[in-house]
Amino acid sequence: MTALTLTNVNKSFGNVHVLKDINIEVEEGEFVVFVGPSGCGKSTLLRTIAGLEDVTSGEVCIAGDVVNQTPPSKRGIAMVFQSYALYPHLNVRNNMALALKQAKESKETIEERVAEASRMLSLGDYLNRFPSELSGGQRQRVAIGRAIVRHPKLFLFDEPLSNLDAALRMNTRLEIANLHDQLGATMVYVTHDQTEAMTLADKIVVLRDGRVEQIGSPMELYNNPTNQFVAGFLGSPAMNFLPANLLEDGSPNTLGVRPEDLALDDAGPLEVTTKHVEQLGGDTNVIADCHGHQITVRLFGQHAINAGQHLRLGIADGKSYFFDAQGNRLS
Amino acid sequence: MNSARSNPISTVAMHGVLILYTLIALFPVFVILINSFKTRKKIFREPLALPDAESFSLVGYQTVLKQGDFFLYFQNSFIVTVGSLTLILLFGAMAAFALSEYRFRGNMIMGLYLALGIMIPIRIGTVAILDMMVSTGLVNTLWALILVYTAQGLPLAVFILSEFMRQVSDDLKSAGRIDGLSEYTIFFKLVLPLVRPAMATVAVFNMIPIWNDLWFPLILAPAEETKTLTLGSQVFIGQFVTDWNAVLSALSMAILPVLVLYVIFSRQLIRGITSGAVK
Repeated sequence: MTALTLTNVNKSFGNVHVLKDINIEVEEGEFVVFVGPSGCGKSTLLRTIAGLEDVTSGEVCIAGDVVNQTPPSKRGIAMVFQSYALYPHLNVRNNMALALKQAKESKETIEERVAEASRMLSLGDYLNRFPSELSGGQRQRVAIGRAIVRHPKLFLFDEPLSNLDAALRMNTRLEIANLHDQLGATMVYVTHDQTEAMTLADKIVVLRDGRVEQIGSPMELYNNPTNQFVAGFLGSPAMNFLPANLLEDGSPNTLGVRPEDLALDDAGPLEVTTKHVEQLGGDTNVIADCHGHQITVRLFGQHAINAGQHLRLGIADGKSYFFDAQGNRLS
Repeated sequence: MNSARSNPISTVAMHGVLILYTLIALFPVFVILINSFKTRKKIFREPLALPDAESFSLVGYQTVLKQGDFFLYFQNSFIVTVGSLTLILLFGAMAAFALSEYRFRGNMIMGLYLALGIMIPIRIGTVAILDMMVSTGLVNTLWALILVYTAQGLPLAVFILSEFMRQVSDDLKSAGRIDGLSEYTIFFKLVLPLVRPAMATVAVFNMIPIWNDLWFPLILAPAEETKTLTLGSQVFIGQFVTDWNAVLSALSMAILPVLVLYVIFSRQLIRGITSGAVK
């Protein structure tokens, strides 16, 4: 069964057309990530699903019901925000219980669900603390707990990790992935961070300027991007783009090569001058200049390369992507 | 202050300026207070001398408490000030919430219209207001004053509060909506506590002019039973004879309640700033 269907969703704020004809289907139990640069409309899309914004036209269906006219609290959704958005005047227990109290659930149900969520997120010791007495990571766990207790049909995450530091971000990311496995719930997750998208998603939706650029599994999108934007957005370090006439004379197209598909090769077609070398231990990233274009090469292991050195690079077989002047992929 | 960054000369200069300003600001109050305890002769002969055994006299206070119903005036002033402040804060905050939170046609125009009152003094409309109060039968009631002061205070309140409400996290309000809280609960339980410092500022700004106002009580509610403290004190100031003992004693007593209110609000102000916010 489909958990969420968006049909021709449009959203305008006055004259500004923010979402343009969005069509997305999310299956039950799927983890879908909306990813795109800032200002692409991904958070607005999430807010229209939540019912915090009305759609200008189109239809939002949750679990088969059209919910265009349903208020957020009746949509069977729960949302986790970037700024945690905990109620400052309530302690952790009441923060989690509030939605259930509003829905007039019995005391036993509330007790049981709060206990269940605090066990899953190991929040048991903090139930009587106030948000101002918690660290950032704990607050985000409470926010997630507040979503879990509602047993929603749909979890919505709005950049939940952006306010956490790097180490905590990775832990919480794993925690969210575990949660998805344990609960088997449908989750929609918004982020601008392609690593989060790649690691968490069953399905990625890449957005740009309010339009869907491509939908697919992480590896589909990585290996088979339909256009230059998707190719450049996913993958870190990002794909290199060079004029294709470096390889074949007179071609107006653009050549795309991922940094890891380049290798040192004395007979290779690309001649570069290294500008900067990043030694990461496991990898070596070489940033080089190729006829006035910057190019990043990711070499495995450790290499003794210095800045200013001249190198020749080869491209792994079948790993070159070509895009036309409009950025569409040429097969 | 960090001792590494402080310079003794500038510290002394800073405190010197602050102390000087405090002295200048408190001097009139001080003169009123000491003279209210002196005999009439001494007030004029040595206005700056402290009351001593010879010059000490409570005659001013006795006059004030005997003549007119001073406790009633106190009570009237208190009711008017507290009533007006309550209405200003309640309606001002509600209007500010609507302006900052909801997108609707004419939002901007409405905001400007509400701010217009900051630029146009309400006293310009005194005649029209008096007309209106007469035809609604509100003349010589405390309601007349409360309503006028509410109108007078709202523009600045809306202006300041809407600026602060814009800064309250959107996510918090969204979370409330998803959890099924009504707009009123979101307003009273989530937003108001976070803008408490701004509310205290607005309260202090409005309180003192209302407490001290002579104009509107004189015009709208001069009856004996609705006189405010400021108006009540005027009976001692005559065209030919002024009972300075009584005037000074009345003024000294008028300082107290406003001081108490100020302490209450400034506590709120400090507590609001130090209590943890969203993040």
